[in-house]
Amino acid sequence: MSLIERLFSGQPSSADEAKERLQFVLIHDRADLSPGKLEALKDEIIQVISKYVDIDQKQVDISLTEDRSHQRLVADIPLASPRARRR
Amino acid sequence: MTATILTITSGKGGVGKTTATANLGVALASMGNSVVCIDADIGLRNLDVVMGLENRIVYDLVDVIEGRCKLRQAMIKDKRIENLYLIPAAQTRDKTAVSPQDMVKLADDLRPNYDWVLIDSPAGIERGFRNALAPADKVIIVTNPEVSSVRDADRIIGLIEAEEKGPGMLVINRLKPEMVKRGDMLGTEDVLDVLAVELVGVVPDDEAVIVASNQGSPVVLNNRSIAGKAFENIARRLSGEIVPFTELDAGDNLLSKLSRLVRSGGD
Repeated sequence: MSLIERLFSGQPSSADEAKERLQFVLIHDRADLSPGKLEALKDEIIQVISKYVDIDQKQVDISLTEDRSHQRLVADIPLASPRARRR
Repeated sequence: MTATILTITSGKGGVGKTTATANLGVALASMGNSVVCIDADIGLRNLDVVMGLENRIVYDLVDVIEGRCKLRQAMIKDKRIENLYLIPAAQTRDKTAVSPQDMVKLADDLRPNYDWVLIDSPAGIERGFRNALAPADKVIIVTNPEVSSVRDADRIIGLIEAEEKGPGMLVINRLKPEMVKRGDMLGTEDVLDVLAVELVGVVPDDEAVIVASNQGSPVVLNNRSIAGKAFENIARRLSGEIVPFTELDAGDNLLSKLSRLVRSGGD
């Protein structure tokens, strides 16, 4: 695909794809936490938290992020809707 | 004289460590420095052929370490350039024949008499790499602008920092400006965004490098080669000169910038 075609197609270039894939893989490499392990961690967190409060398990998101100096695990754990909880 | 010990490494194989070592050795020596290049890839000797000195080998690195010859006897004098020497790797042994302490001692023996000692590291992150890293004052990491070699470079950068040999300096080798322009190759800025390390040079892909290795005459000796020029610039930067980076990778031209801007939603 020529540059002009791509410019209007809205498709990411393969270089952009390469950069995104690299950033993803390096975050996991640097933390020595593979996507599979992270998934297992997420399952356990769901189990533990569910003992105390009703959560919307499908919406739970645990991800690794990175800025210049720090890596962090970010967890977004929405509670189940109040109606569901009252059931 | 107090030599700077410069180790050239990469993690991934085949990205151009040996080519970089040979060319930086020749470039630094051409600038008037006395230089010793050491091939630390025991069992897979290659720096000798890239430098065109394969016919002169009598003794090798393991002979020196095991005391079968004097250091001076294992140093092959370059045929073209004054004050450039090669200590070849042993071909029939493996990396366990050398320890990191052996390499530190060897470097200490060379240090008073030369300006630069360049160590060509084997690929990988094991013993051979540890041997090459142990005596280093400075480390160059060679990478190609593609996913697997950048990933390995990141791993190596981490190991170099863990050994307190950092921060390393990055050489991006075999960059194809045309592909970067089309958006089909990571550009210099992309690689630097991902690795966050100091850049010391960008070497464009150049057929003259293959021709040079066919002939055993490092490409930096060919003054029409763009890769040769890039290696010369790296040697000058290593010597403390400020050499501006040219717009080699052309990743900065307006059209490609615009197209990336549009695609990324104006980010």
